[in-house]
Amino acid sequence: MESATITRPSTLFAGGLGWRRRAVNITMTVLIAAAFVIALIPLISLVYEVAKRGIPGLSLAFFTEDARGVVGEGGGAAHAIVGTLVITAVASVISVPIGIMAAIYLNEYGEGRLRRALTFFVDVMTGIPSIVAGLFAYALFELFFGPGIRLGVMGSVALSVLMIPIVIRSAEEVLKIVPNHLREAAYALGTPKWKTITKVVLPTAFAGLITGVMIAVARIVGETAPLLVTTGVVDSMNSDPFNGRMQNLAVYAYNEYRSPGVFKQAAYDKAWAAALTLIAIVMLLNIAARLVYRRYKTEIR
Amino acid sequence: MSQVDTTTNAGQLLAAASGGRRRLGDRVFSRTAVVAAVTILALLAGVAIFLVSEGLPALTASASELPEGKSFINYVAPLAFGTVLASAIAALIAVPLAVGVALFITHIAPPRLALTLGYLVDLLAAIPSIVYGLWGIFVLGPAAVPVLKWLEEKLGWIPIFEGPASATGRTMLVAGLVLAVMIMPIVSAVAREVFAQTPRKLKEGAQALGATRWEMIRMTVLPFGKSSVISGAMLGLGRALGETMAVTIILSVSGAVTFNLISQANPSTIAANIALNFPESSGLAINALIATGLVLFRSPS
Repeated sequence: MESATITRPSTLFAGGLGWRRRAVNITMTVLIAAAFVIALIPLISLVYEVAKRGIPGLSLAFFTEDARGVVGEGGGAAHAIVGTLVITAVASVISVPIGIMAAIYLNEYGEGRLRRALTFFVDVMTGIPSIVAGLFAYALFELFFGPGIRLGVMGSVALSVLMIPIVIRSAEEVLKIVPNHLREAAYALGTPKWKTITKVVLPTAFAGLITGVMIAVARIVGETAPLLVTTGVVDSMNSDPFNGRMQNLAVYAYNEYRSPGVFKQAAYDKAWAAALTLIAIVMLLNIAARLVYRRYKTEIR
Repeated sequence: MSQVDTTTNAGQLLAAASGGRRRLGDRVFSRTAVVAAVTILALLAGVAIFLVSEGLPALTASASELPEGKSFINYVAPLAFGTVLASAIAALIAVPLAVGVALFITHIAPPRLALTLGYLVDLLAAIPSIVYGLWGIFVLGPAAVPVLKWLEEKLGWIPIFEGPASATGRTMLVAGLVLAVMIMPIVSAVAREVFAQTPRKLKEGAQALGATRWEMIRMTVLPFGKSSVISGAMLGLGRALGETMAVTIILSVSGAVTFNLISQANPSTIAANIALNFPESSGLAINALIATGLVLFRSPS
């Protein structure tokens, strides 16, 4: 709303640009600039500290060994890295098809009550706290498998609950941008609707869809809380999401901090190293998403 | 369901030409899209149903059966208090900061830098929450200890700074600060969007009448963006309410319900309580935790 109305234009600044108004202007400008600098301080501190404390923990062992049977300073986080990759991959396999099909529904087919309900509830879904998503996955599996169940795929289900709304929102945006004249040209040539979508709309939106998926993955790869209550904590390598507990980087970092054991510093080092690895993965995904977008986007004339 | 998209001219022609006959491909594809949409609604309904069904036993149990021997209301009330307190601190700090950052990026910094600066601020949002937790307890906490001492000395007569100042920095104030850093990019992104869209004629009108830059901002940009900033703040608040890992790691919990921000005795938050107790809980305790998760889920809506 344009609520700013100037009611007495001729006399508003009739006093002239005295030193007082100038001083206020300069003060506020400085304050606003200071706000920005203050906002950057945590970012710089975070990156610096994680790098400083994480690098000592990195080693070949960190990336290749798991922690089975390790009590002291040895062992690595390979099981955590593999776990993160597996859990995230399964979550993507669940979320991406459902999310994109739902976005296609919303953008290409949807009408009436189902459409409105879906839009509303996707908004609700974006607000679910991550730990609640974890509790849901736990409750769901407990129904079938009894209490105390811990599986890698439970973590993926929890992460999917968080990932699906993100995928839907960004896919919807991207599909909306595809201009209608492309669709109509396809229809005019006798193309059925489903072929139009798969052969015209989706390829045009491809770069944006991939970017949206990568951003969604980056968002969930660092999630700890839902995995804490679903996948459990374990020291050995496990790459089967349907069989037993699975470790992942986020829970690994938390666990090394929480239960450092006798060799505290070594454990803390590993926690920071895991944190560094996580940040590196997130940053790489974000950068890759941007690059993919720029490389594959179709300029629409 | 319409057989062909008859909202476009091409679609109407197509429907007429094919006699309205539904191709197999169209039927399969559109059904799949609808199935995806319904699945998501079912998923959300499932989340609600499972949480309620798992949480209900705790709501109806007597006090002696629940953890800590309290009735459910007495169990969840301090947690809810802690949740709201931490989030309130976070919002109070983050929103003005975010508005300042947004104003800086949109109106004070050179326009060519706006994109890069925005990217930097958004980087803060990409960092996983356990990393914030580790940073909070190992970096910010110790760094805040002298500040806490100073607050106790100089401002100790204000109840929130009563002290005694914690020696580790694991206080509600620090937790609130870290939460503020986490939600600031969210609010700032929304604010940036709306500030950039302030109608030019409003801004230039103010400047034409002799307003200084700050006066222009105060008279046009801020009133224009007020409602969007508020909804951005709600978004950030929702995130802070559900934030788990950072609070779990940073806060030294004693269960005390107090406004004292700088001491060792702090209430926990709902999410942190779940994260701390879930791994070792069983039976009714788990139901109680899930019920507190329900309270969290319902609160923003």
